[in-house]
Amino acid sequence: MRNLLNILDFSVEEIDALIAVAKEIIACPSRFQDACAHKILATLFFEPSTRTRLSFESAMLSLGGSVLGFSDTASSSTTKGESLADTITMVSGYADIIAMRHPKEGAALVASMHSAVPIINAGDGGHYHPTQTLADLTTISRELGHFDNLRIGVCGDLKYGRTVHSLVSAMSRYPGAKFVLISPQELKMPDFVKEHYLDAPGAEYTETASLEEGIRDVDILYMTRIQKERFPDEEDYLRLKDSYVLDAAKMRLAKPDMIVLHPLPRVNEITTEVDDDPRACYFRQAHNGRYIRMALILKLLGVTE
Amino acid sequence: MNIDGIENGYVLDHIQPGKSSEISRLLGLDALDCPVAMIKNAHSAKMGRKDIIKIDTSRELNLELVGFASPGATVNVIRGGVRVQKYAAPMPERLENVVFCRNSRCITSAERGLKQIFVLTDPVRREYRCLYCESKM
Repeated sequence: MRNLLNILDFSVEEIDALIAVAKEIIACPSRFQDACAHKILATLFFEPSTRTRLSFESAMLSLGGSVLGFSDTASSSTTKGESLADTITMVSGYADIIAMRHPKEGAALVASMHSAVPIINAGDGGHYHPTQTLADLTTISRELGHFDNLRIGVCGDLKYGRTVHSLVSAMSRYPGAKFVLISPQELKMPDFVKEHYLDAPGAEYTETASLEEGIRDVDILYMTRIQKERFPDEEDYLRLKDSYVLDAAKMRLAKPDMIVLHPLPRVNEITTEVDDDPRACYFRQAHNGRYIRMALILKLLGVTE
Repeated sequence: MNIDGIENGYVLDHIQPGKSSEISRLLGLDALDCPVAMIKNAHSAKMGRKDIIKIDTSRELNLELVGFASPGATVNVIRGGVRVQKYAAPMPERLENVVFCRNSRCITSAERGLKQIFVLTDPVRREYRCLYCESKM
């Protein structure tokens, strides 16, 4: 039985195969509309989410399966003091596959230790968010057509931003990947990410606090939101929340074939005037998330159409 | 206890100076009712100074923890007055309920009954990380 806890649980070849299936689904969704008939996905969201939860539910429903679950801890037994282990043991008897988001880091690993069915990590605190990375990679593949020799700028909250950690770990496996880390001093990339993925021989990265400087020669600009919920101190959040704003003027500094990604939701970090720029891919990226999650569910359930 | 001779037990030699107290705590030596001798800052031709612990017991001890506190310390196992085993203590690959994760965002801070597990991720830097959240010790 396979789980997806960290994007690195899947090899580059497996990710390529998943993206290929996602592209097949996009080309002909009706071929897959009954692929998961009579299968149940449990979406256990111990932390609020709109996009990821709806994307998972849409994915399973599009495969002909059913969905059950909860969208916050208020409607789960956690409020009664039930442990995660007990919740998972119970739910894995009700569903064929579980997608779980939890505010604590490592929660998905604990879930996998107690589950009789595959676990998909839909975000565990500031740790990992592998299905967002699958959506990111699908978008890069569809927009640019390749993963090799890309210069990837990641901007904003690199300290708590789990989507950034997962993306960097995934992209560092491709030849010629170069990273530009754009963040304020207080939100720099954590050591564990640098040591694991960027300090390896062949990896290359630069750090800057300037978006104007960082945007100039990247092929991909990955913007992130400064996440209020990750800050222990609200004053720090208020001071840093508008550190970077991508607008039309800054877009003029970028390469004409650069793409802008964002895991969404955005707040102020990308102005709406950028939305009409053909290089703005974040809504297409969100839509790709549905198709790659369909491919992932098929893979983890061992379903062949 | 005759410090020079043990019938059944352990002689932990070449301990980094100052680490014998930590090893005593990790092995739970305070709770044993057998003779235990702890020598601190002894002269060592190899190390300059070293700590030594002699434990006169047939009881099994979790000697892996010696390598956690003082990697490379020499473990001598004595049975019937004869040394039957001698080795340099390696760093254990995995620690269970030995140290606690300090990351307040880690699942170990919320899930009751969950084992605290750290794994050796970089032997050169003697680095352990939490199995769950990957924070450094």
